[in-house]
Amino acid sequence: MHELAVCQALMEQVESIAIEERAQQVVSIHLGIGPLSGVEPRLLEQAFYVARAGTVAEQAELVIESMAVQVSCKQCGQLTEALPNRLLCGNCGDWHTSLVSGDELQLQHLELIRQTQEETAEPASHQQFN
Amino acid sequence: MCDTCGCNVTHGNAHLLKPGGRLSKTASGHEAVSVLHGLLDANDHTAAHNRQHFEQHGVLAGNLMSSPGAGKTRLLEASIDALRDKYSLAVIEGDLETENDANRIREHGATAIQITTGSACHLDAHMVHDALHQLDLRELDIVFIENVGNLVCPASFDLGQHRNITLLSVPEGDDKPAKYPVMFRTADLVLLSKSDLLPVLDDFKPENARRHLQALASSAPVFELSAKTAAGMDDWLNWLHAEMAALQQRTETLAAEPA
Repeated sequence: MHELAVCQALMEQVESIAIEERAQQVVSIHLGIGPLSGVEPRLLEQAFYVARAGTVAEQAELVIESMAVQVSCKQCGQLTEALPNRLLCGNCGDWHTSLVSGDELQLQHLELIRQTQEETAEPASHQQFN
Repeated sequence: MCDTCGCNVTHGNAHLLKPGGRLSKTASGHEAVSVLHGLLDANDHTAAHNRQHFEQHGVLAGNLMSSPGAGKTRLLEASIDALRDKYSLAVIEGDLETENDANRIREHGATAIQITTGSACHLDAHMVHDALHQLDLRELDIVFIENVGNLVCPASFDLGQHRNITLLSVPEGDDKPAKYPVMFRTADLVLLSKSDLLPVLDDFKPENARRHLQALASSAPVFELSAKTAAGMDDWLNWLHAEMAALQQRTETLAAEPA
C-alpha cells in the first residue's frame, strides 16, 4: 500500500502549486496513471479522500486518466497496444520493444479558484512548451 | 523525468498540450494550471542526489528486491565472504522491524545500517539518504541496499542505485514475472535463487521464468544460483566485477571532462 506515500507526495505538490498560484480552492486534480507505474488508481483514490482533509484541496475531485500501454517495436518499427505483462509487438510479435506509454505517474493539471479575480495577471501555465 | 527539457511530455499526454487541448481552458470557467510533474519527483530528486554521492566516491550501488524469504540476506552473506579480499562492502537493510538482517551482515564483517520502516512497505530515496550519512563512502566499493521483501511497492521508488537486482526463488514459482510485471521490468539482473531446490521442486522451469521475462521486453541477464551450495555464484560475482569496471570507467570519463 505505497499509494499512501504517493498520495502524500501528490498533496505536497498540490499545496505548493496552490500557494504559488494564489489559489483559495483546488477544484480538481488530474492525474495520468499507467498500469506499469505500479500504482493502483483505486487505492490512490482511497488515500486521497483521507489526505485531502484540512488542505486547500479539501473539496477537490480526483480525476485519474488511465494511460494505455503502448510499445514501439525495434524490429518492425510499429507502435502497438500491449498488455502490462505482455509487452510484445502487436504487429510482428517480437519482444524487442520499448515502452512508449503506460508507466506514467503524473500530475497533469489542476483546476483552481484564485483568491481574487484581479490577481490573474500571471499566465495560467507556469511551464513553457515550444 | 524533468520539467525543463520536455522529457515529461510523453506520447500519452502530448495531445493535452496542443492548441485547443484540454489544458488550455476549462469548460467550468476555473483556472487550469498545467503541471506535468511526476508524482514522485521529490523522491526522484533525492535519488539523483544519492546516485551522485555514490558516483563521486566510485561506489557501486545495487538495490536488491524480491519477495520476503527469497534469500537476499543469504546471498549478501555469501557475497561478502567471496568478495572480502577484493572489495569493501556495506549493506543498507530495509525491514519493517528488527535488526536481525543487519546483525547477520555484521557477523560476516561488513558494515550494515538497518532502516526499520515501521509499517512502510518499501524504502524510498529519503530513507536511503539518511542511511548514507552513517556510511563513509570513501572507504567503500559497493553498497547493497536490501529492500523490504515485497514484489509490489519497492518497484515504484528510485533509491539512487545503479542497478536493480531482483531475486526470484525457486519455491515461489516460475510465473512471478508475469504476475508482477512492474517489479520484474525494473530488474537489470534476475537471480533465480535457491537453485539447489530445482531437483525437488521440478515444476519450476527456469526457461519458463526466462520466457515470462522476455514477454516484458526485458533483456536482463538471468542466472540460476544457490548461495547455500555456491553453485552459480561465479556468474553473479563476475557480473558484479563487470559492473564495477563499467562504473570506474564512467567515473574516470566524468572526471576527465572539463568542468
